[in-house]
Amino acid sequence: MASIKQNEYPDVLPDFRNLGVIARILIAVNLIALAAVLYAAGGWAQTLDRFVQTAAFLEPLLLASLVLLYAASPLLARMAYLTGCATVLALVLVLAGATELLWLRNAAPPAPGLARILVLAALIVGLLIGYFRLLAKAYSPALSEARLQALQARIRPHFLFNSLNAVLALIRRDPKRAERALEDLSDLFRTLMSDGRQFVRLADEIALLERYASIEQLRLGERLRIVWELDTAPTDALLPPLVLQPLLENAVYHGVEPGTGAGEVVVHVERRGDRVLARIENPYHPEHQHRAGNRMALANIRERLQLFFDAEARLETGERDGRYRVEIEIPYRLRAPGRA
Amino acid sequence: MSELRVFIVDDETPARERLRELLGDIAPQIPTAVVGEARNGLEAVERVPASGAEVLLLDIQMPGMGGLELARHLARLEQPPAVIFVTAHDRHAVEAFELNALDYLLKPVRAERLAAALRKASAAGAPDAEKLARAADQVRESDGRAREYLAVSERNRILLVPVRDIVYLKAELKYVTLRTREREHLVEDSLIALEREFAERFVRIHRNCLVAKAAIRGFERAPGDDEVRWLVLLEGTDEKLPVSRRQWPMLRELAAEK
Repeated sequence: MASIKQNEYPDVLPDFRNLGVIARILIAVNLIALAAVLYAAGGWAQTLDRFVQTAAFLEPLLLASLVLLYAASPLLARMAYLTGCATVLALVLVLAGATELLWLRNAAPPAPGLARILVLAALIVGLLIGYFRLLAKAYSPALSEARLQALQARIRPHFLFNSLNAVLALIRRDPKRAERALEDLSDLFRTLMSDGRQFVRLADEIALLERYASIEQLRLGERLRIVWELDTAPTDALLPPLVLQPLLENAVYHGVEPGTGAGEVVVHVERRGDRVLARIENPYHPEHQHRAGNRMALANIRERLQLFFDAEARLETGERDGRYRVEIEIPYRLRAPGRA
Repeated sequence: MSELRVFIVDDETPARERLRELLGDIAPQIPTAVVGEARNGLEAVERVPASGAEVLLLDIQMPGMGGLELARHLARLEQPPAVIFVTAHDRHAVEAFELNALDYLLKPVRAERLAAALRKASAAGAPDAEKLARAADQVRESDGRAREYLAVSERNRILLVPVRDIVYLKAELKYVTLRTREREHLVEDSLIALEREFAERFVRIHRNCLVAKAAIRGFERAPGDDEVRWLVLLEGTDEKLPVSRRQWPMLRELAAEK
C-alpha cells in the first residue's frame, strides 16, 4: 500500500501542456520585453516602435519554445527536477541561437547579437522557472486542503459513528473480533487518507472491499448479503484508488440499509480482452435514490477515472427489475503512465 | 426507587446490545429494566403498547419507518412513553431536536449522558405531540420525506394505515375521516397539516376534502341545478365527492395532464 506523504510536495516543472501555464509564459515574457523596451527607448512613440521590432524577433522564438516544450513535456515530467530545469534551459538556448542565425540571413531589423540573445534567454528562463516554483509552493497548501475536504466528503459520518458504536458493543463480548474490526477500520482510513493520485493494484482495492464489507457485516448482520464474483478478476490490473469501495458503500447505504429484510449486493469484476469490467448491484429503493450523497460519490469517481484514463474509461448507472447497477469499464493496464 | 421500564428500538443488533450494556453499567445510579426491543418502527408499534414502557430509546434512521415518525404515532397512546432519540449522525434531526427541546443522544452513547437523559425523561414524561410534529416538519423541509403511515388510536393500541392506501381524507366536525378501499378511520391530524405534508400525493377538491391524485378516475356533472357542478369519481369507492367551484380549474388541468 502507498505510504502517506502528507505535506511533502517535491519541486516539479510546470505542465507545459496546461493552457494556464502556456498563457502565463506568454504574458510574462512579453511583459519583460515591454519593460526592457520602455527603459531603453527615448519616448512613448519610440517605445511602441521598438516593441514591435522586438516582438518580430521574440514571438517566433517564444512560440517555437512553447511548441518544443509542449512536445517534450512527458519526457521532462519523468526527469529529476534539476535535470529538467537544465534541459528546458538547453532547449530554449538552442532555439534562441537558431533564431538568431536565421534572423541574420533574413536581414530584417537588426538582431542584438548571439551572445546577448543567449544571456537574455537564459535569464528569462531562469526567472520563469523560479516563478513557477514559487507558484507551486503557494498552491500546495490549497492542494492539501482540497484533499482534506475530499477526505471528509468520502467518509460518511453515518458509517464512521455507527461502526465505532458496533465495535464498542463487541469489546466486552468478543474482544478478538473487536480488535479485527478496528484493524479493518484503520486500513480503510489509511487508504482514505492516502495520496489519491497514485495507482493501486486491483488486488489491493479488492482487499479494501473485503475489509469494508466485514465492518458493515458486523453492523448489519444477516441483513447484508454480499455475493463476490471475482474468479476472473485481473488482480494485477492498475486502477485509481477508492473507485470500487465508495460504490460498495453506496450499495449498502442505499440498497441494504433502507430495507427491513435482507438485501443482496453483487460485486463482479472480470477482464474482457484489454478492458477491465466492474459491476456492483444492489436492491433499488427509489425513495432513497435521490439523496445527494450518491450523486456526489459517482461524480467524484467519474472525475477521477477521467483524470487517470481520459476518454478510455466508462461509468454507467441504471435501474432494472428492482436492482440498481453501477458499471465501470477501464483499460487493462499493468504499468502506470508517465504522469498520473 | 423502582426500576425504570425502558424499551430499545434500533435496527442494528450491536447498537441495541451496546445500550443494554450501558444500562447495566449505570444501574447503581439509575435502576432500569429493559422491557422490550424492536428492530424497526412497525415492530415497535406492535410491541411498545403492551410492554408498559416508560422510556423509549429510539434510533432515528431505521428502515421502513424512521424514529421521528414512530414517536409521533406512539404519542397517540393513552399512556405514551417518554422518548430519548439516539442518532449517529443526522444533522437535520439534531437541529430539529435542538429547536424543539427534544431529548437526544449521539452514538456512540456515553454512560453518563444516558443516565442524565433517563433521569430527565422519567421526570418530564412523554414529549408533547405538537413539538414532535413541528420537529418532523422541520426535518421534512430538509429531506423532503413525508410519513409513510397515519396512526389511528384504538384504545391502548396504535393502528397504522399506509398513506399510499388512502383514497380520500375528509374533515368532519372534530376529526378527519380517512377512507381506504376497505374501511374508514378517524385521525386527529388537521386537514391543513395533512395537505402540507402530503402535497405530492393528495389534491384538495373542496374546502373540507383531499383526494389521492392516483385514485382519481374522472369527473361527472352533478345532476339538477342550472349551475354547473362537478363530482369526482374515485377508484376503490362508489362515493362521488363534490368539487368546489374554486378548485375546479386546477383539477381540470390535473385531469388533462393524466
